[in-house]
Formats: sequence, structure tokens, C-alpha cells
Amino acid sequence: MQSIKDRVAIVGMGCSKFGERWDAGLNDLAIEAVYEAYQDAGVGPKDIQACYLGTVSAPLTGIAGTVASEALKLRDIPVIRNENWCASGHIAMIEAFMAVASGIYDVVLALGVEKLKDTGFPGLGTGRGMHPVIEARRTSPGSFALLATRYFHTYGIDPQKGKEIIGKIAIKNHHNGALSPKAHFHNEITLENVMKAPIVAWPLGLYDCCGNSDGAAAAIITRTDIAKRFRSDPIYIKGFGVAMDSMIPHFRPEFGWTSFDAMVKSSRKAYEQAGISNPREEIDIAEVHDCFSITELAIYEDLGFSPRGRASEDIESGFFTLEGGLPVNTDGGLKCFGHPMGASGIRMTYEIYKQLQQKVDNPKRQVKNPRRGLSHTFGGPPQLSAVAILGNEKG
Amino acid sequence: MIGITSYGAYIPTFRLSRDMIAKAWGRGSLGGERAVANNDEDSTTMAVGAVFDCLQGQNRRDIQGLFFASTTAPYSEKQISPIVAKTVDLGNEILTYDFANGLRAGTSALRAAIDTVGNGSATNILSVAADCRLAYPQSDAEQAFGDGAAALMVGNSKVIASFEGHYALANEMMDVWRKTEDTFVQTWEGRWVLGEGYSKLITKAISGLLNKKGIDPKSVSWLALPAPNLRSHRQIAQSLGFDMKTQAVDPLLANIGDCGAAHPLMILVSALERAKSGDTILLASYGDGAEAFLFKVTDEIVQMKKRRGIEGYLNTGIPLATYEKYLSYRNLLESKPGEPFRLLPSATSYWRDQNSILSFHGSKCRNCGTVGFPIQRVCYTCLAKDDFDEIRLSDKLGQVFTYSIDNLAGRSDDPVVVQTMVETEEDKARVYCMMTDCRPEEIRVGMPVEFTFRKIYEGAGFHNYFWKCRPLRRGGK
Repeated sequence: MQSIKDRVAIVGMGCSKFGERWDAGLNDLAIEAVYEAYQDAGVGPKDIQACYLGTVSAPLTGIAGTVASEALKLRDIPVIRNENWCASGHIAMIEAFMAVASGIYDVVLALGVEKLKDTGFPGLGTGRGMHPVIEARRTSPGSFALLATRYFHTYGIDPQKGKEIIGKIAIKNHHNGALSPKAHFHNEITLENVMKAPIVAWPLGLYDCCGNSDGAAAAIITRTDIAKRFRSDPIYIKGFGVAMDSMIPHFRPEFGWTSFDAMVKSSRKAYEQAGISNPREEIDIAEVHDCFSITELAIYEDLGFSPRGRASEDIESGFFTLEGGLPVNTDGGLKCFGHPMGASGIRMTYEIYKQLQQKVDNPKRQVKNPRRGLSHTFGGPPQLSAVAILGNEKG
Repeated sequence: MIGITSYGAYIPTFRLSRDMIAKAWGRGSLGGERAVANNDEDSTTMAVGAVFDCLQGQNRRDIQGLFFASTTAPYSEKQISPIVAKTVDLGNEILTYDFANGLRAGTSALRAAIDTVGNGSATNILSVAADCRLAYPQSDAEQAFGDGAAALMVGNSKVIASFEGHYALANEMMDVWRKTEDTFVQTWEGRWVLGEGYSKLITKAISGLLNKKGIDPKSVSWLALPAPNLRSHRQIAQSLGFDMKTQAVDPLLANIGDCGAAHPLMILVSALERAKSGDTILLASYGDGAEAFLFKVTDEIVQMKKRRGIEGYLNTGIPLATYEKYLSYRNLLESKPGEPFRLLPSATSYWRDQNSILSFHGSKCRNCGTVGFPIQRVCYTCLAKDDFDEIRLSDKLGQVFTYSIDNLAGRSDDPVVVQTMVETEEDKARVYCMMTDCRPEEIRVGMPVEFTFRKIYEGAGFHNYFWKCRPLRRGGK
């Protein structure tokens, strides 16, 4: 197996405004993101040789790759749709990396787009995935609350204290989101807000849950050896990893519910490709899948940012804030930027890309001289993880 | 010797105070409380509960039939007995018959089981009755009715109560009925119903049996007499010469309610719970006629394995919070549905996966011993393919491994869904399911739970049944 390191580069990216986009349909969101990416890369529709599309739910099935061919008029080229729940866009982008690395295509578009706010329901709905009868009647917050309950139990944390710990993750992400013009939410919150918020799925309250939003993000991907034809500061792909667990690990004997194998395995594969041995030290910035505050805590440990069982110490010390040793979710994360599933992985990569180029749209959240950044998505009820590592220089 | 070889009962967890019903309507209360089926229960699921109770200490392979009785079967065209038989994990070379359309359906099923064993067609037959009848809101019957089930195994060996005699009368009168399209039980004037119907017929049936057997009421140890109310119960028992204190079994009206076709069998179970070797039990039943049975308790009664029975289930109730919840649980108040399920049920997949969905089988790997649920063709642990034995998880106990209390997933009358990860004690199998019949604030990691068969929802035009967990109900002896 070969590493992807430095074989592929991103030369243009775009991201729509995220939020309750009553004004925009799936196609409008795609156009908003893709035309920004075209402009950023200095290309047009006729330059795109293949499109990798990630979208999950709108409409549920049966649209194939027609978002690209209808809205963007990308006809007569392959449009390959990827559906992997919340990692759909991220994995579509990784497929685009591989298509370029194979040498078959020179310029490829990766697009993630999701229109959630046409369903008539808040949230992602009830009962998806496994079996119409065996499936418990559940929502996403209810699924991830299973993790919080078991984590608090395993490490002997009183649930109220546990809620305070994960509440600090939400406070951090709201702070960052307030500095992020394209984010869904821009309000700072306090610990009191967190603790007094209505419970959505015990022990998770309103501020433990990410935004349910519409949005799109896109990337123009090419080979490293021709990247500088497009721009002087391309961003290079250092590694990636994708791992899938059982359909729902809930039924898997001995599954611990404090950690997810898929997150551990996907990140280790990406670190191996990137030549990273100590992610806590060697990653300068990360955008991770904070669908719920407790998920971000588990990610700190599973991705090797914090020692096992000790993420709370790093949360308390501010290690993951904009000023900390490893800023995480500098644009507000899923919590505040919003989580249109198919778009999220590419939106995270957009933030890393802009941070590495020192071109973030609000200098107040620009991290100082980052060299290597990581984007991470986690999908399903939960079992599927994708990681991509990017750098602003070769080697 | 032919007779009863095992018994079991089921009473739903929720109990509605009759004072609460009375208060809602500004009318008098009958006092006490009534059992109310949860919104995920019906006559099928309650029957399954009673049969599991009855199967304690029994060998499923010895059972050659299951007879189901109810006036509230969830299907008017489709048998319930095969659903119950598959769910409690009987074999398929068995008789499955449904008895319906009258309040004597439960005792009819019992009599049919006795005759089937008696004529040599089978050695063991399970008969089970469950009912969940609806009375008009604000009526006396709304307070008087209850929901419940009872099961009796009839066989020709290890008999705990031998069948000694039977007497039946047919009677045609429009006293109590429900037309096919009726939601609520209809009755003619009460004095006529009680006087010319119930009292006259049940008296004739009991005295007819006593005469036929040539025995005196004083020699009967226990009178299991269902009645529409406590006054009628006392009048009939006393007029026939039974002593209320020493002979009459409590008719279960004060704290459960009249459970329709299941009711006579529930009182019989209650009688068996207190009977000693040598006791005689007289069981009566009324509905479009009347009948009476005589049983004699044997030495085998002391061999009965622990079960919940009426006594155990009676003592493990949870008060239902409001009368409105009762109305919506019975679909009398339409509740706003929860979000639609994103997955459509399919009769074919339901049929294909019935060993997991109904019988609640997991797969135990012959190579490494890992138990997977639903049945896994490739082992979770060692990846052995198609090398497993199916094992039944429905009667295994478990503990809460983790849980969440989801405020968004339910429907408007019951918005909270408790998602639970259960780990079974014995095989460490993991089952992800909903918790029912619980007080959410009492749930903890490590809490002991048991599995219970429930209606999950109605999709694709049929009832979708599966298993949930519930806090372990500790009653029984």
C-alpha cells in the first residue's frame, strides 16, 4: 500500500453560508459553494474532468449524481455519488484524492451538499439505518447520549459534573462560531446557559447538540506537480484514513461505549501516511466531528490528542481553544457552523485550507502559522470515521 | 389423569386510579384501581407475557398446541396463536387455534385443551386468554374493566390440578355485545343483564355441576367466580352456600378490573396460587351462556417452579400519571404522531427474520462462543461463517450497559423514549432496544432488566411486534 502524501493538492475551495437557508434549495447551495471554488482555483466548469459528490438525505434516494449535472451543468463527465452518512462529503473528497493520484484525471471537483430544512422536521428524523422493526425508535441525540452516560459511568464522573465538562466544549465552539461569518450560529454562551438549557436526550441538553443546517462546500483537486499552475499556495494532502464498524455497534459484544474503533483506526492510518507519530504535538489545528459535545470529547482521546480517560484535563486547561496548544473547531464546528451532513467534511477541510493559507475570513480566529491540519467526520449511529490531513508545504 | 400442569398470568404495569377517572368526569368512583395496558401492549403481547410465566420449568418440545382466546384480538382475519407460539419459541408441529367472540372464549379454550388431551390428540396444550376491552368514557364499565392475561397448560402427566367435571349451558340474549364496527362494549338495561343473564345462568351452571358431581358447596375448597361487580359476586356465592371468607377467591375487581375473556382464567390462576394438595377448585364462567369446571389439586402443586402469577404481577404496578394518558394509550384521544419512521416494514423481511424478531434468537458461535444478536451468519469475534447454534434470549436477564432518555423520539402522549443497551448476564450478548414500563428517573447503568414483547408500531398495514426491555419486576413465588 502506498501513501497519498504530497501526491495530490487542493487548489481551490468554496463554502456556502450555512444555516436555515429557507431561500435556497439543494441546487442553489451547490452553485454557491462550487462557483466560489472555481474562482478560488481560477477554473471553470469546462475544466472539471470528474465530480465526486457527497449527499445523504435530500431527497433520500434516487437522485444519483444529478445535483452536479442539473445545477452545475457538469454533463458528459462521471459524477460519482457517495453516501456514507455524516462522512459522505468527506469520503467523496477522499475518493477524489485517489482519482487524481491514480493519474486518470488532472482536475476533479469534490462537492458536499445537504438540504435538511425541507423535511418539515427538526433534527435528522427518527429510526434510520438498520431495520424497521429491530431498530429502536431513536434520534441522533439519543444515540450519542449513550456515549455520555457510559463515559461518565466508566470514569466515575458525576453526570452533573460531566455535563459541565462537555459544556465547556460547546462554549468554546460557540466562541469560535461567533468569529465565523458563514457559520449558522454567532452567539457566545455561558456555562449557566449550558446547564439550564432544556434536555434533549439525557444527559445531553440543547447546547450539547449541533446545528441542523443547510449548506454546501466544494474543493478543486489536482496533482501536486501541476498545482502551482493554479495558485502559489496550494494545500497538500498528507494522508487519509477511513474505517467502518458494524452497521450499529450497539449489538457488538464487548463494545465499550467510551471509544470508537473506527475513529482510532481511521486516524492511525492517516497518521501513518502523513508520517505523524505524536498527533498532539504534530497537528497544529483540527476540525473534528462535534455532532454532540460528548463526541468531541471522545474524539480528543480516540484521535490521540488527549491521553485515554483524561480529555477533561485538556478541556479544563483550554488546550483546544484558539489560543491553546491544539485549536479544535476554529470555525465553530458542527455545533455552530452547522451540520448539513454531506457538506460537513468538506466544510471542515475548507477551514483547514484557509487556516493553512492564513486566509481565514475573520483574522480574529486565524491560528498563528499552522503547518499541518486535520479534518475528521464521524458517521452513523455511530460507526464510520474518516480523517484527512493537510499541509501547506511539501515534505 | 388429565388436568392443569402449569399456570401463568400477566398484568400490565400501569394502574389507573378509579378516583382519577371519576374526577375527570365529575362523577362517583368505584374505588381502587384498574390495570391499563401500555400503548405498546395489546392482547397478543399480554398473552405472550402470560405464556412465558406459564412456561417456567416446562419443556417447550413437549407442547403440542397453543390455543389463544380473546374478544380483542388485534386481527379479525389472521390467527394470533401462531404469533404467540413463534414468539414463545414453540416448535411448528403444533395445533394453533383461536377462540373469540365472547366472554367465555378463555374457558372455551381451556375446555378445548382438556378435550384435546383427553381424546389422545396431544399430551400437552397451552391455552391462553388475554383481553383489553373498551368501555364508553364516563361509564361505570370504564372504571370496572381491566386489562390482563392468563395461561394454563393442560396435560396428562405431572398434573397439579386434575380435571374432575364440567357443566355448560347455552343461552341466547342480547345482554352484552360488540358489533364488528363497534369500539365500545354495548349492553342492554343493567338490571335485566344481571338478573336474567349473569345471575341466573351462572347460578344454574354452578349448581348444575355440583348436582352432576353429587357434591355439596361446603366440600369445595375454592370458588373461582368472575363477576361484573363485587355485590353480584357476594350474592351469587352466598346464595349457593359458599363462605365468602374461606372459599371465595378474590375476584380481582378492586385492583385489576374485569379482564373479559381472560378474567375467569386469571381468577383460576389466583386460586391455584393459594391451593394445597387435595383442595378442590370450582371455576365458573359467563358469556352467552355459562359453564363450570371442577379441579382437584394434587401433590404435584409443590413442584411448581417460581413464577410471577397474579400475585407477583399485582404487586409490581406503577400508577398511570393521568386519565388522559389512558385515553391516548387506547387511541381514544388521537395523539400527534412522532416523526415518521424512515424505514418501511416489509412482510417478507418480517417473515424471513422471524427467528430474531419474534423468537428473539441470537447466534452462539460454535467456534468461539460469542453470542450475537440479531442472528449473525459471520461471527463478530472470530469471523466463522454459518457455524452457530441459535439460542433464545427472550427469557435471559440483563443489565443496562448504557442508556439515554430521548425527549424527541416518541409521540406526543409519550414523548420520552429510553434507548437502552442491554448486556445479558449469561452470554454477554448485546441488545439495543427501547425500555418500557419504567420510571425514567430511576434508570441507572447496571440496573437489572428483563425482556418483554411489545408492539413497536404499525407500518405497512400490519402490527410490528418486537422486544423491549423493562426494569425487572421482582414479584412472584
